[in-house]
Amino acid sequence: MIRIEDVTVQFGGVKPLDGVTVEFPVGTCGLIGPNGAGKTTFFNVLSGFVTPREGRVVAFDEDLFAMPHYKRARWGLRRTFQTEQAIEELSLYDNVAMVHEHWGQNRTSRREDVLGALDFVGLDHLDPRVKVGVLDARDRRLVEMARAVVGKPRLVLLDEPAAGLPDEETQHLASVIRRIPEHMGALVILVDHDMSLVQNTCSITAVLDFGKLIAAGPTAEVLRDEHVIKAYLGTEEEL
Amino acid sequence: MSVAEKSGSTGAGAVAARPPGQRFDRKTIVHAVGIAIFFLLLFFVLPGITSNYWLQICTQVVVYSVVALGLAILVGRVGMVSLGQIALLAIGGWVALRIGFATGLPFPILMLAAGLVTGILGVIVGLPALRLSGLYLALITLMAAAAISIVLQQTNFPNGGGGFLGYDITGSGTAALRRPSIAMETTSFFRYTLIVGGLMFLLAWLHVRGKPGRAWAAIRQSQPAALAGGVNITLYKLWAFALAAFMTGVMGCLLAASGGGLTILQFPTQESISLLAAVFIGGVYGFAGAIVAGVFIKLVPALLDNWDLPPDLLLILFGVGVMQVLLTAPQGLAVQFPKDMMKLAKLIARPFTKGRKTAGEVAR
Repeated sequence: MIRIEDVTVQFGGVKPLDGVTVEFPVGTCGLIGPNGAGKTTFFNVLSGFVTPREGRVVAFDEDLFAMPHYKRARWGLRRTFQTEQAIEELSLYDNVAMVHEHWGQNRTSRREDVLGALDFVGLDHLDPRVKVGVLDARDRRLVEMARAVVGKPRLVLLDEPAAGLPDEETQHLASVIRRIPEHMGALVILVDHDMSLVQNTCSITAVLDFGKLIAAGPTAEVLRDEHVIKAYLGTEEEL
Repeated sequence: MSVAEKSGSTGAGAVAARPPGQRFDRKTIVHAVGIAIFFLLLFFVLPGITSNYWLQICTQVVVYSVVALGLAILVGRVGMVSLGQIALLAIGGWVALRIGFATGLPFPILMLAAGLVTGILGVIVGLPALRLSGLYLALITLMAAAAISIVLQQTNFPNGGGGFLGYDITGSGTAALRRPSIAMETTSFFRYTLIVGGLMFLLAWLHVRGKPGRAWAAIRQSQPAALAGGVNITLYKLWAFALAAFMTGVMGCLLAASGGGLTILQFPTQESISLLAAVFIGGVYGFAGAIVAGVFIKLVPALLDNWDLPPDLLLILFGVGVMQVLLTAPQGLAVQFPKDMMKLAKLIARPFTKGRKTAGEVAR
């Protein structure tokens, strides 16, 4: 379980996150909102790329802000990026092994763990020695996903993993995302604009708009919430 | 390499056909054998067919190849430009001479000490890299190199005098570091340098193939991705600087013993810029590129001199070389040249294989 308490981020006069308090219990949770709502900033705060002005985050009874960012990865925090960041220069195996070796545990079972992660995301048909630079967009996304699940992740942040993927590939991705909590015991937070993906994978969803939390609860209810519909579709302006 | 070539030569499908779990494929073995033959030729055959003068030049080529390799790691693997490597080479030489004249320590210990002290200094020169990148980092390292040159100009290189500086103004200007007892002659010293240089290449290879190499690749492509993977960016950037400086310092020790001692005139600050150009021409990604760079920096000037050609020609060569590399061969000569030769061989073979291959295949 992760509890975010009163987190505020301020860049000059702009507040990408404004007093956000929300709790994600277990399984796969969604975080949605229109462009510029503060979703990526929220992930950046959790990963340590952005230091919030105030607030705290308690993840599995530990204070996340007390750890420097690279130690959060060792603790079990993993993330993917809106623009996919698989390391082209490295092979499939090395991409995933890089995360495993900096995680610093289970050294003896590294090979097994890395191949297991590639298998888990459905990349087992490729030679692990292939350089990631030659793979297509879908496989690169999956490499990033494998990096996020290798070892024993505790909190997995997925930032628009389905962006730019066709429907059938999104379905494969959804099945991978759904299996993460069962297989790894990790809590997954998913940011995406693809509502069917969010509906398919997330039991709980929170909605941000202009840096504020406007709704949170069971996904189906949240998506019917009138504030949420207004945030996405806008309101009629009265002249 | 263009994208088309990339996917053409190492397409995922083609490579995936190889059975997984097989550690050494044919390509790796061919590479290893090639490197071994190249090394053995240099070790056994070269001293027999060249004069002492050319062997001394070749010793310098080995020294500068390792310096170039350090720079190639910084530029090609981590994405950090340093223009202070030649100054670090001078530091390595200074430290080796100082300790060499003050003590009777064996030569390998001197190399190690020169490497370690230079490594520490390299980390200090690299500190700005934690905040700066690109042009700004290049400028800062160039300034640091200039500062080191100015200090060395005042202190001179130790020639057996007393005090901290070890420079005796009444003695002969320079004095060479004593050579290891097994490598007193020009030939044996060349072989000694070759072995140490080979070990430095091996050290760099182990780094690039291992955990630091993976961390560097991540840092070079995307610092956020590296951070998200748990890479301590500060540590690995400084580690790269320390490794490059260590290798450079060790070679500084060998340089101090190779000729008649060192003077600051051997380490002009602008040579770091030539070195960067040479590394680009040779290729920043591979190890062979560093050897090409060493040849460009030390052997080509000697050849020009030998043929009574003006030394300024080298600058023109560098200019043309860098442009050629940036425009058509981003991986450098070390990768491009064998490819071009293969193309040429295929073109020559074309009339004989015409019936079997299409023109498209030949062109590729």
